[in-house]
Amino acid sequence: MTELILFSTLNGVLYGMLLFMMASGLTLIFSMMGVLNFAHASFYMLGAYFGFEISRHIGFWPGLIVAPLLVGVVGALVERFALRRVHVYGHVAELLFTFGLAFVLEELVQMFWGKLPVDYRVPQALDFVAFTMFGTTYPAYKLFMLAIAIAMFVVLFAILTRTRVGLIIQASLTHPNMVAMLGHDVPKVFMLVFGAGSLLAGLAGVIAGPALVTQPSMAALLGPILFVVVVVGGLGSLSGAFVASLLIGLIQTFAVAMNVSLSEVFAFLGVSPAAGTLLGDLWRVTVAQVAPVIPYLLLVLILIFRPTGLLGTRDT
Amino acid sequence: MSDALRRHGVWIGFALLLAVLPRVFTSGTSLTMMSLMGIMMVFALSYNMLLGQTGMLSFGHAVYYGLAGFIAIHAMRTFVADKLPIPLPLVPIVGGLAGLAFGVVFGSVSTRRAGTAFAMISLGLAELVAASSLVLRSFFGGEEGITADRSKLFRVFDLSFGPQVQVYYLIAVWTFVCVLAMYAITRTPFGRMCNAVRENPERAEFVGYSTQTVRWISFSLAGLFAGVAGALAAISFEIMNALSVSAGQSGVVLLMTYIGGVGHFMGPIIGAVLITALQISLSDITGAWMLYFGLMFILVVMFVPGGIAGWIMLHEPVVKAGLTGLLAVPYLTVAVPMAASALGLVGLVELSHHMLVKAATEGGKFRLFGVAVDGSSLVPWLVMVAIAAAGFLVARALWPRVTHAWGQVHDELKRRGLR
Repeated sequence: MTELILFSTLNGVLYGMLLFMMASGLTLIFSMMGVLNFAHASFYMLGAYFGFEISRHIGFWPGLIVAPLLVGVVGALVERFALRRVHVYGHVAELLFTFGLAFVLEELVQMFWGKLPVDYRVPQALDFVAFTMFGTTYPAYKLFMLAIAIAMFVVLFAILTRTRVGLIIQASLTHPNMVAMLGHDVPKVFMLVFGAGSLLAGLAGVIAGPALVTQPSMAALLGPILFVVVVVGGLGSLSGAFVASLLIGLIQTFAVAMNVSLSEVFAFLGVSPAAGTLLGDLWRVTVAQVAPVIPYLLLVLILIFRPTGLLGTRDT
Repeated sequence: MSDALRRHGVWIGFALLLAVLPRVFTSGTSLTMMSLMGIMMVFALSYNMLLGQTGMLSFGHAVYYGLAGFIAIHAMRTFVADKLPIPLPLVPIVGGLAGLAFGVVFGSVSTRRAGTAFAMISLGLAELVAASSLVLRSFFGGEEGITADRSKLFRVFDLSFGPQVQVYYLIAVWTFVCVLAMYAITRTPFGRMCNAVRENPERAEFVGYSTQTVRWISFSLAGLFAGVAGALAAISFEIMNALSVSAGQSGVVLLMTYIGGVGHFMGPIIGAVLITALQISLSDITGAWMLYFGLMFILVVMFVPGGIAGWIMLHEPVVKAGLTGLLAVPYLTVAVPMAASALGLVGLVELSHHMLVKAATEGGKFRLFGVAVDGSSLVPWLVMVAIAAAGFLVARALWPRVTHAWGQVHDELKRRGLR
């Protein structure tokens, strides 16, 4: 039991930090521009594929630097030449544009790298066992991911609270119109934030690619979870996004480890529900099997009962 | 008489068209395609009740289509197994009721909020159902899906619904009824209230309507018609699988509706017909058709936010005033280089697609636009880049003529006091 709790906590925190790397960018972009960026997870996917391609030619470490920068540039270009144009038609058009972009990026990735997962490997320098506990090994690469994610968190925190750019961004989170009134070049800030958010997502992709599976559906699998994170945390709240990332990360990893089903709970209470009917599966599925459903359940409940999210102040 | 004909002429024409089409296109493929078009028309129009009429952007409309489809297919199985005297043409009623029920239940949750929050809830519900579809195997049938045999149902008038043409007519009748009903709804006071809620929810509240109730009713009705579409799909394919409740299916109906145009009743119909036709014909010609589909959507969002129907309606006053001549020449002069540019881009996509996907097994040589080319040499790439770039530059250089012509049209319309 201790083993399960320890490893699930470690994995949960790791997954949560990874989510936060993307959710931070997403929530910054949303707060400033009002755009819920559907393509955000696609930038994460692009990061993984760019990292893979670079690692094939010159190695993993250059990829770790170059791939996120490339993704950041792609993001900035998308903002500058497409999103800004759509901006005049309102938020729905922007949302639809990013939706279409996610669709096209997935198709492009499929075209360039095929529909099957690619063989993006952990670099040799990190391909060893970090520690063994209760007979279970823990790979060093996961600790490396955790270190990068924490480093990213510290840097982001420092930029946002200690620099002038961070001040402007923070101000834009709560009072976007006022920032524009004060004469800041808001479109430029938008472009930079969009590029930086994409860069963060790309970095998450580069480090997550070897550990998880690098495949064309990775964006579609992760994208909705990101929305859950930013909405549950509260739109426009970075600390909320952080709490929600960890929460979702932990919930998902712990749920996967649990093998209890409703029928077992009922059997424990001395009741046996009818099985064999059309919805009889409902009783037999284990918590582990419904793990993918839990975040969405949480999202719907939050939107109904606390529309501002856990730590948010702005109503969606 | 002539007044009635003028008022209902479009509908009589629509009915005649639906009746005559299978006489013109008799092949099995085209019958299947036209059946699918009818289903998608109903589905896209039901989606537009949300997005176009009431201003609710939903990312989970396939939930109502898919769930109702599953219930319809289970109903068909039950009717066959229990030998109930219910004929196949009534199955869409089951689907419609199922869609309505899910619309009422899920709508009570999601329509409390509008705007982005509504979009997010719809996404959450869609993911919830899609994730459950992989867990609840007895209902959703897992990977294989659930099948039913439509010809085993109780027969009336000796219709077996084995041949596709009989199924086509079944779908055509239901499509006609649903399209007519959805159009009628837009003409009722309720339909107008939906528009009011879309345009200015605050004022709608002041007038005394609960925007939430209006959204809820609209949502439930959209569920009803999506349910009919789902049941028609179940009848047509005789199989339902988890893909029909997936985010992908929700995405397709959104793309279809938006490309067709959300601002006009005809829009989703145009979108459904066009996209279904492209889907079926393009997927035979090119492996990259999904990419074209996505690019088309992005271009529509960026340059023609009103969709195809919106663009056509833009010209209605021009045609009525008889000023088409002013626009025709500039349009044609721009259309030619634009088409060339598009051709070049398509060529580039096809070249990349062939070289990246197929070249490993088939080699670099293939036929592009009927011409034998070798993708491993530089020549076809350069030619395509040249065509695309030249077309783009010429179109951009000629564009002021279109703007100028529109200026003339506006001046002329203003002079005549039409605008």
